[in-house]
Amino acid sequence: MKPGHGEIVLAEGDVEIPEQERELIEAFRRELDAGMWAAVPTERVGGRREAELVRCFEDVPRDAERVIFFPRAAGGSSPASRQPR
Amino acid sequence: MTLPLCTGGVLLVVLAWELIRVRSKDAASRAWGSLSRWARGVSRVGAPSAGELYDPGRERRAEQRARALLRSCVSELDWAMYRDLGFLRVWGGGTGGTHERASYAYLIYPHKPIVAYVPQTGELLNEYCVTFPDQTRPYGSARLPNSDDVLAKWMAITADERRLIGEANMHLPGRQLDPERVRRDLARMERWERGRPAREPDGVRVA
Repeated sequence: MKPGHGEIVLAEGDVEIPEQERELIEAFRRELDAGMWAAVPTERVGGRREAELVRCFEDVPRDAERVIFFPRAAGGSSPASRQPR
Repeated sequence: MTLPLCTGGVLLVVLAWELIRVRSKDAASRAWGSLSRWARGVSRVGAPSAGELYDPGRERRAEQRARALLRSCVSELDWAMYRDLGFLRVWGGGTGGTHERASYAYLIYPHKPIVAYVPQTGELLNEYCVTFPDQTRPYGSARLPNSDDVLAKWMAITADERRLIGEANMHLPGRQLDPERVRRDLARMERWERGRPAREPDGVRVA
């Protein structure tokens, strides 16, 4: 996820192919080094959706279709007065 | 003979001057227009990279991409709720997304605090102010598109609720969001859910 752009594909590959897996690992580390959080969207039995935060490439399920990187959470600004919605 | 020639010459000079003047004015106007657009671009998006002008459609396209990504991640019910009402609800307390066991839930608004409330009574509990700023400002702004902000909150809450709440600034209800508006949103959500087909206990619609 990028401000002003939305989703950007950083890398694509098959983890079963060593060369492509290396590229995925490099992209993964680059994003985490840049301070991003990584999440894997998952679907449970019954159709319930949730996400799993992953801190290293080994934590990514082998059958994951994608990993989404997004900026790390920070405490938001807290103006004293309400803002119109 | 001389007089008509002189008169013709003067007329030609005047016409040529008028043509040059009009064209110069147009060129100056175009140049000023470009400069104005560039200046607006700077004020709108911060500091664009060299040669990059403000693109008025970029944020709209970014939001379209963000909506598609959000839709691909959340359930059909959650997507419909966001599309129709403008916010998402997430059951709290690690209840696995089942409302029967949830003693509280969250409302996720784009670029607004997350609101915790009691589903059974509608009582508002807290506001959690949290942002996801990208300090690299890749397009001049640190702010994610609206739907990306909602997705980031949704992923962070469903993956690690405690961690997100730990990062957030907690306030009593009413700090940023008008409690009456939140209550109206809860009422809207209730009406919206009543108008939908029956659902299974885990919140998945029966097709």
